[in-house]
Amino acid sequence: MRAPLSWLKEFTPLPDDVGAITDALNQLGLEVEAVEEPGREINGVVIARVLGVHPHPDADKLRLVDIEFGVGETQVVCGAPNVVVGMVVAYAGSGATLPGGFTLEPRKIRGVVSDGMLCSSRELGLGEDHDGILDLSQELESGTDICEAMGLDDVVFDVSITPNRPDAMSIIGIARDLAAHFELDFTLPTPVTGAAGTGAQGVTVEVLDAQRCPRFTARMLSVTVGPSPEWMQRRLSLAGMRPISNVVDITNYVLLERGQPLHAFDASRLAGSTLRVRLAADGETVTTLDGVSRSLTSADLLVCSGDDAPQSIAGIMGCAAAEVGEQTTEIILEAAYFDPMGISKSSKRLGLRSESSARFERGIDPNAVIAGSDRAVELMEAFANATVISETTDQYLEPITSPQILLRSERVNAVLGTTLSLDQISALLVPLGIACVSQGSENTVATVPTFRPDITREIDLIEETARRLGLDAIPRTLPSNPDHVGGFSRSQQERRLVADALVGAGLSEAYTLSLLSEKALEPFGYDASTSVSLTNPLRAEESLLRPAILPGLLGAVAFNAAQGNPDVALFETGHIFRRPVGDAIQPDERDHVAGVFAGTRSGRPHDVDRPVDVYDAITAMNTLTDALRLSDVRVVAGEVAGLHAGRTAIVFVDGAAIGHVGEVDGPALGVHSLSAPVVAFELDLGALLRAARLERRYSAPSRFPASGVDLAFVVADGIAGADVLATLKAAGADLLEEIRVFDVFRSEALGEGVRSIAFSLRFRSSEKTLTDTEVGEARARCIEAVSSAHGAELR
Amino acid sequence: MNLPEAISSLEAASESARALLASVSNLAGVEEIERDFLGKRSVLVSVNEAIKDFAAEDRPAAGKAIGAYRAEVGAAIAAAREGMSAGEAAARIEGERLDLTIGGRPQERGHLHLITQVQRELEDVFVGLGFQIAEGPEVETDWYNFEALNFPPGHPARAMQDTLYVDLGEQEQVLLRTHTSPVQVRVMESRKPPIYTIMPGRVYRRDTLDARHSPVFHQIEGLVVDEGITLGDLFGTIDAFTRSYFGSSIKARFLPSYFPFTEPSAEFSVTCIFCEGSGCTVCSRTGWIELGGCGMVDPNVFKSVGYDPETVSGFAFGFGLERMAQIRFGVDHVKAFFDDDIRFLKQF
Repeated sequence: MRAPLSWLKEFTPLPDDVGAITDALNQLGLEVEAVEEPGREINGVVIARVLGVHPHPDADKLRLVDIEFGVGETQVVCGAPNVVVGMVVAYAGSGATLPGGFTLEPRKIRGVVSDGMLCSSRELGLGEDHDGILDLSQELESGTDICEAMGLDDVVFDVSITPNRPDAMSIIGIARDLAAHFELDFTLPTPVTGAAGTGAQGVTVEVLDAQRCPRFTARMLSVTVGPSPEWMQRRLSLAGMRPISNVVDITNYVLLERGQPLHAFDASRLAGSTLRVRLAADGETVTTLDGVSRSLTSADLLVCSGDDAPQSIAGIMGCAAAEVGEQTTEIILEAAYFDPMGISKSSKRLGLRSESSARFERGIDPNAVIAGSDRAVELMEAFANATVISETTDQYLEPITSPQILLRSERVNAVLGTTLSLDQISALLVPLGIACVSQGSENTVATVPTFRPDITREIDLIEETARRLGLDAIPRTLPSNPDHVGGFSRSQQERRLVADALVGAGLSEAYTLSLLSEKALEPFGYDASTSVSLTNPLRAEESLLRPAILPGLLGAVAFNAAQGNPDVALFETGHIFRRPVGDAIQPDERDHVAGVFAGTRSGRPHDVDRPVDVYDAITAMNTLTDALRLSDVRVVAGEVAGLHAGRTAIVFVDGAAIGHVGEVDGPALGVHSLSAPVVAFELDLGALLRAARLERRYSAPSRFPASGVDLAFVVADGIAGADVLATLKAAGADLLEEIRVFDVFRSEALGEGVRSIAFSLRFRSSEKTLTDTEVGEARARCIEAVSSAHGAELR
Repeated sequence: MNLPEAISSLEAASESARALLASVSNLAGVEEIERDFLGKRSVLVSVNEAIKDFAAEDRPAAGKAIGAYRAEVGAAIAAAREGMSAGEAAARIEGERLDLTIGGRPQERGHLHLITQVQRELEDVFVGLGFQIAEGPEVETDWYNFEALNFPPGHPARAMQDTLYVDLGEQEQVLLRTHTSPVQVRVMESRKPPIYTIMPGRVYRRDTLDARHSPVFHQIEGLVVDEGITLGDLFGTIDAFTRSYFGSSIKARFLPSYFPFTEPSAEFSVTCIFCEGSGCTVCSRTGWIELGGCGMVDPNVFKSVGYDPETVSGFAFGFGLERMAQIRFGVDHVKAFFDDDIRFLKQF
């Protein structure tokens, strides 16, 4: 809502201090987004009279204009077609500045010196008109500064109005709040209108849905359509509306001033003097003023003429058919109150918002409808040569009354943390139009005006009290109950641990959008039917909720590759979404963690560079499971869509599959034009955090010497290395302190279908030094166990 | 050999020993000289043997000359030896020298995302103020995201949050949460007061990813419900948070605002951390930076979760993590948070 200061001042004698008014508006919750002073950029432009108009010797379209500007006379060159002798104009002489910082100086135009220029509306930043120079009122005195003469010293406050304050979507609403704040009088004049001629028949109003249209008024006027007065056009422009004609401008003026939307129909284009308010039929189409044909449903409300032809979508926008134009001589003026919810739903569904709908959907004052209509008639009588033809027809079956609310001072103070007396509270509320009648010393009954539909409960009055008091006046305290302890849950701590472990392992954390395209998911075996889709995505690229993190993370890898950084290690933790389980309507939403390595792992200058491989992903994953001290993690060869079938493993924790690790396959890389190798893991983080942990218990490190034993077996390809390892661990039992694989190779000598796996074992007793015999026995047990379990012989 | 002959032969030997030492190039050479001039066949031994034939009065002078010789040559040899071994050690070190300035192995530490870092800092501050942390689903029902929070259907405030709906359940009943506030409802449904909880999380709006908007962003929300909680307690808590997070010179300011789920509602700003309130381009010359919204929990919200608004009261507040990070670190594009450009990630 853009509020010119001069307009506000019509209702309350505000100070000129722009800063003070800005602060006041902010403190009232009417947030000032911008303050504009249109005249500030105009300097030295004065009122002048045209004394003579002569042809330019060297240009058909230019004229030489003699002017008188109070303290002198001069000649300017002018191209405007509308300049005539006697016209009062805006003259910018040498040294004058115009909006945009343009400063004038004498210059030759086609050989004739022009001493400055005559200004159009657009050149002064007053409007869009640039067809001719500004034709000012004859009343203005030559030599007067234009800013002073035309009130351009006005200030416009661009105020952001919250949805609960329909009353503040009007000049009077903002003026009322400011008057209360500055403790000034607020005066709202009652419009004075002429009466209708005797015997005139009223407009017939048929409201077929009183729920959606609790009040509808109409009256007929004769008018002469023409431009509206300059001051009105200027105010409309300042307030952000385009001037059109006196009749239309006046309806807009009243909308802005009083917050009452009005609609003027050309009476000659309506069949009979009848307006019918009814619901639309499903599929009924209308063409609105903006020229768009719109398909309606039975939830939309229409204002129709006597022949049932739609004339407007009620409260939202008129139809082209009965638009007021230059030929209009009689109008029917509609002023109504429509049900806010109905307007809101229609407006939202149609994607059509207007100044009217914005007010109706928040709730205008149902009891100020006639006053708004009267104000328009008053202005039309003054500026559109209007005469009232018919008295007002007012359909208002169930008048909406002011609610009465009990307000307890104890409650006010309990909510705000203040110590206000009942009198102090009343004194804050009364200037807002809220009448307070005390009941004893503690309570008051507040009668809330119908222009404040947001106030229906005691808490709403408490909010008004706080707003009027000023939030700075509320003493700042801390909750007094000491009986609450802050902290992180174990899983919250461990989620930090997981991220920290991966950071330590060299992965940087990525945040990708949780919304993906079907194309990005396809290689991973998901499509729109197996994932969760959005009903109203803005873009196809963001139409599905991610069922896994990895597909989006590859996008981040691709972004980096495109920036010339193909070698990255990234991880992400976050929610993933799968189809709902059972009867649930919400998706199966889980916490996942995924990591990815791409390109080259640099070792230079100390070591060699090498392409990333799947063991990098395994290492990172182990860092994570080790940080969590998981007790049962197993990696088993398997297949997962999107990953290389021969280089993928399923990760089991406590016997359940909770994720996978592997090398990303061609098609998945292709989506992002990535080149191999890219390796990744993705795990169900929630499952990891719930999994069994190694016991945290001290066991004394042995102080006896250790004996190292290396064993290499020839193992068939079908047997997993991890299984052989597990067999050795079991056979080594308590004496086996540590075991690891130290070599894997194939050779012709070994033969087809087998490979050699070499293990390094370290035996140590916690009780004594092991003898050669004891180590030998342990070694033999291990060899025997592997042989019998896997048929693998010692090499 | 008489005394003068002994003295002169010692002096000559001393001189030639020192001359040889001056030109010797290694430790072995020094040792050879030591043998020749102080060893069993050196002049020292021959003079020593001759002394017994000297006159008694000459013997002390001869002894003194021997002592002087031994000291002189000994010192020269020791000096030469030291010089030799230091040189050889230096040569060994020179041969083994490494340029440590070229840096270590390219094994880098990763980096937490800036939003994670900001979230952790905020969580830590609120945990210090006695808060716990709660989370909730990102796909919510209309009830949790709107209705329980006092946004009835058709409420104009719903239009403030352009919602992405999910193709599940009845039309427009399942949606991507537009704020973290549904977690308030879930926390209140699951427990009894007192509640001192913050709720960080990912939220969604129907926006295109650009410099200022993102369909995905992050908020942190706070909820306190207890007996006797006041608006003053809300302001004081935000004040305490502001001082703890930004420093004691940063103040909080509150202006009335509107949110359906709080009443009274306010917007809170903090002293511009760049100009400390004097006005700069970051704060649009106002001296204040708007951070988020807050207010007293609306009685209708308490009713939706079965709390009695006459016996408990509470407050809620919330703000955006991206905005916080943008303000603190000067990140001018929201999109930067989601590009995951490694050069961006490594900056923090």
